[in-house]
Amino acid sequence: MSDIITKSSIGNYGAKVRSDCQVIMEICESGGIDLQINSKVNAMFGNSNRELIMEILNFYEIKNAKIVLNDSGAIAPVISARMEAAIKSLITTDKDFLLPQIEENTTVTAKDKMRFSRLYLPGNSPNMMLNAGIHYPNGIILDLEDAVAPDKKFEARFMVRNALRNINFYGAERMVRINQIPQGLDDLDFVVAHNVNMILIPKCESAQQIHQVNDRINKLKIKHHIDYPIWLMPIIESALGVVKAYEIASEADNVASMAIGLEDYTADIGTLRTSEGTESFYARSAVVNACRAAGIQPIDSVFSDVSDMQALAINAKVSKSLGFDGMGCIHPRQISVIHENFAPEKKEILKAQKIFLAFKAAKEKGLGVVSLGTKMIDAPVVKRAENTLNVAISLGIIDKDWETNFEA
Amino acid sequence: MKNNMKLVKNAAGRMVPVEINGETQIPYQGVGKYIPKGRKYAPPISSCANFPADGNKTVANLKEALIKSGLKDGMTISTHHHFRNGDLIANQIFDIAKELGVKNLRWYPSASFPCHEPLIKYLEDGTINRIEGSMNGALGRFASEGGMKGVGVLRSHGGRYQAVQDGEVHIDIAVIAAPTADAFGNANGVNGPAASGLLGFALADSQYADKVIVVTDNMVPFPCIPWQIHGNYVDYTVKVDKVGDADKIVSGTTNITKSPDRLLIAELTAKFCEATEIIHDGFSYQAGAGGTSLSIGIYFEEILRRNNWKARFIRAGSNKYPVKMLEDGVVDYILDGQTFDLEGVRSMRENANHVDTSPFTSYNYHGKGNFASMIDVVVLGATEVDLNFNANVVTHSDGYLLHGIGGWQNCLFGKTVILPIPLFRDRIPIIVDEVTTLCGPGELIDVIVTERGIAINPLRKDLIEKAKNSGLPIKTLQELKEEAERICGVPEKPVLDDEIIAVIKWVDGTVIDSVRKVKTR
Repeated sequence: MSDIITKSSIGNYGAKVRSDCQVIMEICESGGIDLQINSKVNAMFGNSNRELIMEILNFYEIKNAKIVLNDSGAIAPVISARMEAAIKSLITTDKDFLLPQIEENTTVTAKDKMRFSRLYLPGNSPNMMLNAGIHYPNGIILDLEDAVAPDKKFEARFMVRNALRNINFYGAERMVRINQIPQGLDDLDFVVAHNVNMILIPKCESAQQIHQVNDRINKLKIKHHIDYPIWLMPIIESALGVVKAYEIASEADNVASMAIGLEDYTADIGTLRTSEGTESFYARSAVVNACRAAGIQPIDSVFSDVSDMQALAINAKVSKSLGFDGMGCIHPRQISVIHENFAPEKKEILKAQKIFLAFKAAKEKGLGVVSLGTKMIDAPVVKRAENTLNVAISLGIIDKDWETNFEA
Repeated sequence: MKNNMKLVKNAAGRMVPVEINGETQIPYQGVGKYIPKGRKYAPPISSCANFPADGNKTVANLKEALIKSGLKDGMTISTHHHFRNGDLIANQIFDIAKELGVKNLRWYPSASFPCHEPLIKYLEDGTINRIEGSMNGALGRFASEGGMKGVGVLRSHGGRYQAVQDGEVHIDIAVIAAPTADAFGNANGVNGPAASGLLGFALADSQYADKVIVVTDNMVPFPCIPWQIHGNYVDYTVKVDKVGDADKIVSGTTNITKSPDRLLIAELTAKFCEATEIIHDGFSYQAGAGGTSLSIGIYFEEILRRNNWKARFIRAGSNKYPVKMLEDGVVDYILDGQTFDLEGVRSMRENANHVDTSPFTSYNYHGKGNFASMIDVVVLGATEVDLNFNANVVTHSDGYLLHGIGGWQNCLFGKTVILPIPLFRDRIPIIVDEVTTLCGPGELIDVIVTERGIAINPLRKDLIEKAKNSGLPIKTLQELKEEAERICGVPEKPVLDDEIIAVIKWVDGTVIDSVRKVKTR
């Protein structure tokens, strides 16, 4: 066995692992390709898996290697992410093996897009990614930070990149949480060119970090000829971050929202997180205030008890009343509860409808000044009313053609 | 013997043998088309003069009972799955047969479970010729790889009753493991340390077998009340130390699913039933034991409560959830085929509105009607569905026989049949061009609910019309299939051997499809 150069093992395999695979690879000096596939779907995908692996080996001009694929039903983008990570942990190359980008994942998002819910997905767990979109969160977060073990950070980048390109998230905004700056800057190399909509910057404590991230994004945009917007959502997770919140929120035009992460924040101020959240009242309000001052969306932390939907509903209501525009989810079942509780209430919608109709009537009559009752309505009020109505329509609370049946 | 069978194309277009195990077979002719004439099978005449006047039919042990029953080569032995994976008796029967050197037995269980894996050695050495019943797990794998000497036969619960009643299967010895019995042979499932609910699957066997043995670990003085099995049918009774493993009787599928994807499918199913007015005051449904099915029951309950409605009856598979509904007055009756947890057992014991049923009342093709066709909505699973709604429930897409039919085929006669299934499992798409094994004709399957959309059988114009403005994601099976294949890739067609290892019976006893041997590499 003297011809063995080195060996890598990438991916996940085991009794409980589904829709994933493990690649064990040795590059040899001679002997050709020795490929062994152990797969529960061999009868249906044995040949296509073999072809894919040979194509990847060919792409990287690997002529002699021993490869074992232990597969529990991984789809092609997962297998190729694992293969590429295995290869790149053994050889140095600039080439990326990319499957054709699916069209659904080329959408761009607006700065003020609705962001009630964003679902965290561990960046190295493809089985959780496949069906994430069918629960219709407003956004999905492919997480390279806390949800990925240190020894899996390398392979997770390939997984996240391929997920951005090839897993259909059914219209959810595609977000990636990078690692803390400066380590997280290198994560950007794997996502910026692949239609990511938003970057989450964890444990953000200074405007300088926003600057560093944008610097790297802009270099990559030029390199890859990219002109779609990439929004930023810094996450405030420390006492210092709270103090610097306004500087961070107002540092750049592409900072679209700012979130608070309460697990780390409460630890940082030396206390425990409670379900009432009294200990974080100041921080949450400070973040809301900073965001509103900067004209961006304040976004609340996640609620971690996935089995208690009633507590989640209360939490979401409080969150909305504090001024937040959304919160994080760690389980798909939380999405609808969050949407229901962040949704505009009946009286809010009614008011918005009246404003909208008054504005429309005034415009038709050519009036320059719009009023509702005794109150003057200015442009931002109309814009907010329109937003409320759009949200209500998208949540199915009112019909798209509500105007036809509207009775004030 | 298994090779070179003469095959014909049946009415479903499947190639099926005209003879297996030396017995002539009738190819499937279509739903409701096969109407046999003549008289039902009858068991031999028995005379009470031959039985002890004091009613004590107890013999020393199971071995003695089997010898007295005349156990010999080529016989048919029936057992039942009331203890599910906690059954201790079936294995003992064949241990005894092996010890006595008896060969070539036909095992006719109402279902087999992983606990029966030790029987593989008797299938190998010829003690057992074949299984005519469900073959799951290791037994299914063994059969699929061609290990069984005879050809297996899979029947529905109703089909099992039909086969006994029309003489297709002659049971020589029925061994009924009972949680409680008396020495006369009266028996029930609701009492005793291994209480499992009811003994409905043994009813036909008790009435039609040549010899009937009741085995229990809870022998009570006469009378054993209730007598779900009548001692008047019973030849011998046996007391054992332990009849079933109580811990394993309760199956693992009695909790609501935690999978968000399955919950979504359950929620979509319930929304569909509400939007199409399948749910209404006084409606009825079939509840299953699987996690998704249970969750659908929870959503149904929410809809009933919200509208201040009541269900008239639930056909079950009962467990704590329907029991709670019964006790809260959200449903009037549970018509129960098997209890899946101890709450179900308790309720059946205590509540006169929780009624034990059998395949005779619920499913039997040779009854003057049965309950299955009176149910408003039935929710079932499947391993594959083709573009014409034909479904498979016994084999996986790789050809392996891994599930029994159970009451599945019988339930297809419900007024609306819904299959809530994920669009793919571990990269294996569920919607296929052609099912590996045909178990249910598409004309009886109305709706497929997946996490990515709902397909309605074009035959159900009423449902299509009602679902039109529901806001639900209605798609065609073709669209769903394409969506799955975009995600998973297009699967290769597994290559199966020509050899037929089992056949699938339709509810009327005709052969609807053949199961072929899997090529092992």
